[in-house]
Amino acid sequence: MSANQQSSKTNQKGGVIGRPLDRVDGRLKVTGGAHYAVEFPVENMAHAVLVGSTIANGSIKSIDTSAAERAPGVLHVMTHENAPRLKPVSTNPAEGDAAARRVPLQSPTIYYSGQYVALVVAETLEQARHAGELLRVTYDEQPPAIDMERERSKAVAPKGKVAGKPADTSRGDADAALAAAAVRVDEIYRTPTEHHNPMEPHATTAVWDGDKLTVYDATQYTYGVRHTLAVTFGIPEENVRVICKFTGGGFGCKGTVWAHVGLAAAAARAARRPVRLATTRQQMFANMGHRAETEQRVALGATREGKLTAIIHEGLSHNATYDEFVEPFSKPTHMMYACDNFKASQRLVPLNVGVPTYMRAPGETPGMYALESALDELSYKLGIDPVQLRLVNHADTDPDEKLPWSTKLLKESYHTGAEAFGWSRRNPKPASTLEGRFLVGMGMATAVYPVNHFPSSARVIVRQDGSALAESSTHDLGTGAYTVLTQVAADTLGLPVERVSVEIGDTNLPRAMVSGGSSTTMSVGSAIQGAARAAIAKLKETARADSRSPLYGASADQIVAAGGRLTLANNTSKGETYTEILKRAGMNEVEAVFDMQFNDKPKTHSSHAFGAHFAEVRVDADFGEVRVTRFNSVFDIGRAMNLKTAASQMKGGIVMGIGMALMEETVYDKNLGHVVNRDLAEYHVPVNADVPPIDIVLLENFDEHASPIGAKGAGEIGIVGAAAAVANAVYHATGVRVRDLPITPDKLLGKGALR
Amino acid sequence: MNPFTYKRATDSAEAVREVAGNRNAKFLAGGTNLVDLMKMNVQQPDTLIDINRLALKKIETTANGLRVGALASNSEVANDRRVREGFPVLSEALLAGASPQLRNMATVGGNLLQRTRCYYFMDTTFPCNKRVPGSGCPAIPGFNRIHAILGASDKCIATHPSDMCVALAALDAVIRVEGPKGAREIPMTEFHRLPGDTPHVDTNLQPDELIVAVNLPSSAFAKRSGYLKVRDRAQYAFALVSVAAALDIRQGRIGAARLALGGVAHKPWRSLDAEKILTGAQANEQTFRAAADAVVKDAVPQKHNAFKIELARRAVVRALSDVANRGAGGAA
Repeated sequence: MSANQQSSKTNQKGGVIGRPLDRVDGRLKVTGGAHYAVEFPVENMAHAVLVGSTIANGSIKSIDTSAAERAPGVLHVMTHENAPRLKPVSTNPAEGDAAARRVPLQSPTIYYSGQYVALVVAETLEQARHAGELLRVTYDEQPPAIDMERERSKAVAPKGKVAGKPADTSRGDADAALAAAAVRVDEIYRTPTEHHNPMEPHATTAVWDGDKLTVYDATQYTYGVRHTLAVTFGIPEENVRVICKFTGGGFGCKGTVWAHVGLAAAAARAARRPVRLATTRQQMFANMGHRAETEQRVALGATREGKLTAIIHEGLSHNATYDEFVEPFSKPTHMMYACDNFKASQRLVPLNVGVPTYMRAPGETPGMYALESALDELSYKLGIDPVQLRLVNHADTDPDEKLPWSTKLLKESYHTGAEAFGWSRRNPKPASTLEGRFLVGMGMATAVYPVNHFPSSARVIVRQDGSALAESSTHDLGTGAYTVLTQVAADTLGLPVERVSVEIGDTNLPRAMVSGGSSTTMSVGSAIQGAARAAIAKLKETARADSRSPLYGASADQIVAAGGRLTLANNTSKGETYTEILKRAGMNEVEAVFDMQFNDKPKTHSSHAFGAHFAEVRVDADFGEVRVTRFNSVFDIGRAMNLKTAASQMKGGIVMGIGMALMEETVYDKNLGHVVNRDLAEYHVPVNADVPPIDIVLLENFDEHASPIGAKGAGEIGIVGAAAAVANAVYHATGVRVRDLPITPDKLLGKGALR
Repeated sequence: MNPFTYKRATDSAEAVREVAGNRNAKFLAGGTNLVDLMKMNVQQPDTLIDINRLALKKIETTANGLRVGALASNSEVANDRRVREGFPVLSEALLAGASPQLRNMATVGGNLLQRTRCYYFMDTTFPCNKRVPGSGCPAIPGFNRIHAILGASDKCIATHPSDMCVALAALDAVIRVEGPKGAREIPMTEFHRLPGDTPHVDTNLQPDELIVAVNLPSSAFAKRSGYLKVRDRAQYAFALVSVAAALDIRQGRIGAARLALGGVAHKPWRSLDAEKILTGAQANEQTFRAAADAVVKDAVPQKHNAFKIELARRAVVRALSDVANRGAGGAA
């Protein structure tokens, strides 16, 4: 049962917003009609493969390409010795979109294992792959720095900001308040390196026509790819066209542009052929970023009544040696709870790994695991129910920005979730429930994610036949963007969804920003709403100016659009269809473009999505195997455009959170620096049997400050806090507090209430 | 992946002949392990002899049990009524392994010859004594959470990944093979080898020998048998520790016992010491604990896998208790 609270009231007009429509692209996907980056047919195409370094630190001494070049079908072998000089691109999102400033194949220096050292182009994929294996590379090898613990003395302050704030921030005096606190929790929490592992590996097909370049890419950011390639090759942006009709999952690792994209284009130019380059799963464990491991100290001071008097959140995350990415785990702690004394500090430990990157709720995901675990520990020390403790410390305004919340249904999330889950049946005593061989426990945690929106443009065309088209170069990562945007356009235009189509993923369409930060629905949805309104306004103008129209002379605000018609608001029998208006005016269509700006007004409110997770686990009392048996989560994500796809986003996030809690971990060999579990057999993500029934409630809300369409963003909040809810349930079941994820059987065996 | 020649054999004699003349030839059955290893250059045969057309798919009732053809798929064996009733541990072990898609392709013979899932073996970036003899074992100083606690050597600490083989070890299975010099039979317990100084040799099967069948002798203990697998996720994960247990219990006393473990050694680990303790003893927790202690008596942990010793002990007690409680005959 999925009790969606958000149902009728947000739909007062009986419109299509919120309706749990099936995906409009579902048929294409299940019939193979949806083309991903490697599936666009291109004539005369050659194949490229990348070859990775077999050392993690040092430099290339020599590369013998002779055998590879003689191999059948080989068209080109590229190394740092003959690669074209490619220009670096900024990684600052305001200026560029590269994932790392370092350009591949420009020098013999090796920074991490698997770093590209060569590229081979051949007639077939098999020939390219075989030739790649014939390269003979020798290295000057240095011992790699891989172990964050061993290298911790080399920790440095980030050069840039940490999620927009200085790396060291404070309000009040957290240290003094902690020392004076009646009750304290002061613990270290660790999260391991994790990889995104979208189903679709990164891939690029590059086609040159003179100095014009067309690229089919697996990306979350078509315009970012266009910009990066234009800078890389020193050509005008208009010369580059990037197409991405479907993205097979991204989770952040396709939000910036990795080295293989430019290399595919360089290979196509060198071979004078269209080139397709698909990376392997193993290469994705080295070259497409990851969530950096963290070591987080969370210290909480509280009164005996549970009021927080001090919060300290500080620690380390790892970084590459050649660029900077901070996993901003302290970010949510700035604003989560009401507390006068707060301090945050982050440091980076450079290691011989590829540069980390954004991964689903960067910052919030590891940070809220630590903070919500610490809150849980505090609840037991105080003897206060974990939900009650969070209500006591509820922030009624943003304590960081000192602004009112735009909307915040967090208290309702706690209450609704506790009720649906049956939280009141929980025995407060840990390790108190044994059912057969299983210790059973319940845990909860808070979810939060900020509202991010980016300037976006859209075009809407209403055609004489009564159909419409909405366009913007955004992306569908499997999230349901096609469907949701269709609903926004149909609702605004007063047309049935079947009459509206949406085109995305092509830089020939109006500009959209990265599909990241849970921004797409808000940003592009609002742009499409604006363009659709502008198109309707043009139709109104046409009708009002036409003496043959029943709406002749009516003022624009007297006219409404519904059911494919313009009518008087107070007399819907007086009006006419879009078809009639356009036909009489001799117009095939009416077109409008809208540029959505978000930050053009002073900020008056702080906007975040909120939620609460409730999880039940069963722990095998002999073996320490943890299985999640139920999940109830409640969210305030503003207005949901489609209750089905929105709930699916929440569920997907929770599944990923279960994986984070119980199994996900990238392991590096500490001596040689290679990832040891670099495939999906050994890097565990949850399989169906690991996933329990997940019940999602989306609270009814419309946040006009967050976005014109009332939404707050849905892509990431589902994972935030989910791992903490599971970890807290494991503690409640067993009495064992595991502070380093994932919670595998070896960390529980024989401890606490386990036999 | 190296270029290779592909040939299809029509009978076992032809298959053996093809391989006998070429040390770099390999038989190809389901391909669920070999093809992956070839793609990753872990194995580089220059010739594949496809044996899928050979008449080795049948599961036949024999005078003293079952004869399972080497090309019977893991799914077919797991779901065979005679296997489920007479040898439940085998059915359960097969269903605990891989995924339905893989089980539909994977064969009995191929499962016997599965290579280790040691990370270091599977990735040619690392040295590995099993892949390149003499190159070293980076697992010993490296990350060894999934590695062996029994029977390892200073050359190799890999484990055997199969679930099926653990069940076969507990069932006194016999592997029937054909080679240039004719047919012979290898007891399951002698089929796989410990690493010693030659970890690159997994089994006592000769390179030119073809597995044609597995013989399963019926017994009272085979009928009262079961498989337990402890792992990091609910499905589609290799065992941290697994146990195949088989007991013949009469009036509360154990007449015969078989006990084999997976995930702990380079081969399915049959514990004769534990079986000795079990045989003739009362079927109770005290006996099972004594047996479990005997299993891990000589266990040697690596840096990251000491937990496996305690886990193995507990898994043995649980598996024996479950089998004792379930009554003879048939998977639950």
